[in-house]
Amino acid sequence: MTTILDIQDLSVSLPPGGDREFAIEEVSLTVDSCEIVCVVGESGSGKSVTAFSVMGLLDRRALNPVAGTIRLADKDLLTIDDRTLRQLRGERVSMIFQEPMTALNPVMRVGDQIAETLEIHTGLSSTQRHARVLQALADVQLPDPKSLAISYPHQLSGGQRQRIMIAMALILEPKLLIADEPTTALDVTTQAKILALIKQLQSSRGMGVLFITHDFGVVAEIADRVIVMQNGRIVEQGQVDHLLNAPKHPYTRLLIDAVPSMTPPERRHSNDKEALAANRIHKIYGKSGWFGRGRVVHAAQDISLTLRRGETLGIVGESGSGKSTVARCIMRLIDPTSGEILIDSIDIAALRQSELRRFRHQIQIIFQDPYRSLNPRRTVGDSIVEGPMNFGVAAVEAWERARELMETVGLSAESLSRFPHQFSGGQRQRICIARALAMKPRILIADEAVSALDVSVQAQVLDLLDDVRQEFQLAMLFITHDLRVAAQICDRIMVMQDGQLVERGSTATVYANPQQQYTRELLAAAPGRRKFPQKVG
Amino acid sequence: MLNYIAVRILSTVPVMGIVALFVFILLRLAPGDPAAVIAGDYATAEDVERIRQQLGLTDPLLIQFFRWLGDILQGDLGTSIFSNKPVTVLIAQRLEPTLLLALTTIIFSILVAVPLGTIAAYRSGSAIDRLAMLFSVGGFSIPVFVLGYILIYVFSMQLKLLPVQGYKSPFTEGIGPFLSHIALPTLTLSVIFIALISRMTRASVTEVLEEDYIRTARAKGQSELRILLRHALRNAAVPIVTVIGIGIALLIGGVVVTESVFNIPGLGRLVLDAVLARDYPIIQGLILFFSFVYIFVNLIIDLCYTLLDPRIKY
Repeated sequence: MTTILDIQDLSVSLPPGGDREFAIEEVSLTVDSCEIVCVVGESGSGKSVTAFSVMGLLDRRALNPVAGTIRLADKDLLTIDDRTLRQLRGERVSMIFQEPMTALNPVMRVGDQIAETLEIHTGLSSTQRHARVLQALADVQLPDPKSLAISYPHQLSGGQRQRIMIAMALILEPKLLIADEPTTALDVTTQAKILALIKQLQSSRGMGVLFITHDFGVVAEIADRVIVMQNGRIVEQGQVDHLLNAPKHPYTRLLIDAVPSMTPPERRHSNDKEALAANRIHKIYGKSGWFGRGRVVHAAQDISLTLRRGETLGIVGESGSGKSTVARCIMRLIDPTSGEILIDSIDIAALRQSELRRFRHQIQIIFQDPYRSLNPRRTVGDSIVEGPMNFGVAAVEAWERARELMETVGLSAESLSRFPHQFSGGQRQRICIARALAMKPRILIADEAVSALDVSVQAQVLDLLDDVRQEFQLAMLFITHDLRVAAQICDRIMVMQDGQLVERGSTATVYANPQQQYTRELLAAAPGRRKFPQKVG
Repeated sequence: MLNYIAVRILSTVPVMGIVALFVFILLRLAPGDPAAVIAGDYATAEDVERIRQQLGLTDPLLIQFFRWLGDILQGDLGTSIFSNKPVTVLIAQRLEPTLLLALTTIIFSILVAVPLGTIAAYRSGSAIDRLAMLFSVGGFSIPVFVLGYILIYVFSMQLKLLPVQGYKSPFTEGIGPFLSHIALPTLTLSVIFIALISRMTRASVTEVLEEDYIRTARAKGQSELRILLRHALRNAAVPIVTVIGIGIALLIGGVVVTESVFNIPGLGRLVLDAVLARDYPIIQGLILFFSFVYIFVNLIIDLCYTLLDPRIKY
């Protein structure tokens, strides 16, 4: 084993006027051949800045390395000229990114994008390049390399796109691979396969891997060694088993504890009255052209559900399963093709927009991305009181309630006059919850409401959602792709796949004894499952 | 794809029909009686009435419209009131200078504006960027005829490099004289075009340069020049092509002025002469012709989208 990457005392400065002077400070780490080093931390910890420093891909307008060395292949990457650095990129060190859709050029065939690396670094002829590309596609276990090579990124699935990225990064067999959250944007079953692929290629080629992640579940799956970062500094590092079982630093413990357990806690059965019933909801997307019909997608087929007051029903599934379609149909944000949605025995699926309006306040929704679901030009107070005032609540009363709700969600009433950008992600999601509650809804839909949050914040927001459910006797529909999160908050769950219901039941029963093959696959794919058997409740 | 092209071409038919209807109505609404114009100042009421009958102006409007439409479909745009020549012949005679001036303008503008906008985007905030954008604002602000006269003053009268005005056909008088005569009109007409295209290029490339796949290309070790050419420009192309299409509409207005300033016997001059003489058939024919050109350009641009971006499907 030889050291491939050696970072010593690296500091990267932030532009003046920020909340701290350095993005990362005195970071020292090494990566040896044949090992996977995971850098773990939450947003703002400096883990990605560390990775981008190695590639020389920092945005120099904002981030500048001011001290330290990065040694790779006997060269200090911080002092070599651009030309040499470009030669090293792709040949000695390469990188894969979080979002394979945006990381690939949308107007270039994927085969050409892989071949580009060969074109830059080798003198191979185009026939030779083509052969190498097909081999690389086969290496990452993609079926039918020939037809895949001439596809465009949008024609592939998320998992296939990430495999293309990996093929592209590894085609010149670099000594070091930097992976920046490569599975975060993928479905759990896909994530498990990609992690296995990275691990397999790493050991067969004797590569070193610097793997950036926020998820201790993923760490447990793949790491040999772990480095924990907080606020730009390394707070702890060690061998994976040692660090997971006996974390020393309180922050490491906090992160490990925040990983939601796959064992559902004991939950009360609600026998309260029915808040909403959906019968045989069907949603078909399709277009008919001038010449015959286009492609038809059955986004949701024959989905029925009932939601009682004070209970949380989870809908879990991977992307494209139709879980969000069902939620949006129930809210009438989109119109179901057929089926009934009953609130107090009134079928709101059949109502016209004008009649529907008086039911709108009864169902409220919290979206995934709190950065985009609040109007950046309005104060949070304005956003919260807007809904009630649309329904005729007097301004004084609406503001009074907004102040109360801010306290309920754990924020101060004074911050009502501030703007969304002045809050962190977790705080914004609290504001979104307050906004939803301001309408005094009976039904609350949380559509991936904690997926964009850091794990430690995620746990707090989940607690808050559970508290408000109890306090206001809400019927909550919780949409998520994350089985660990679902385990913690849902009383009952429905598993969906390709628009169809696969399995339903109480959370405890489904997790302990899944009946369907697909449910078993989903549960098995949840990262870190084997390494955290001791975690209960 | 072929399906889409067929649909797209068919869909221009109703558009052309509506344009024709508007042109027809517009001229019936305009003040003045063509019969009276033809008859001249000393005609009697009977003379005018006889001409009206000859021209078919006494028939119901609907019949007049369909008769006119029928003529157009047979390639007959009517006859000029003054020169008594068919409008199609008049347009054909004047077509070459205008078409070539438009072509040189578009080519020159794209060759200057796209690199300029790209460099401005890549070096955003630098002196080059500021200079390019200053030029762009200036280009928008200066009237075409003012610029034309300034250029004539500098290049023709002071430096004596280029002829003052006129037009030489490349087919009959050779490419050299053609280029020296077309240079100043092209430059005059290009300035506003360059301003427009370079601004859009800058905005579009700036946005694309922030994309993740640009970072991916850097991570592969690709050089900055090739990143711009291969990854950035292709992705930035759709808005740029759109604005080039819009620019061609602007060009029609610019041609009228430029041809007058440089005394080029093209369609722009024909428009001007026809309007001043109230030669309705010519005006009518030219409006239809320009509309057709514009619809055709838009069709080409729509088809370009599908070639530029594989995600655009119809």
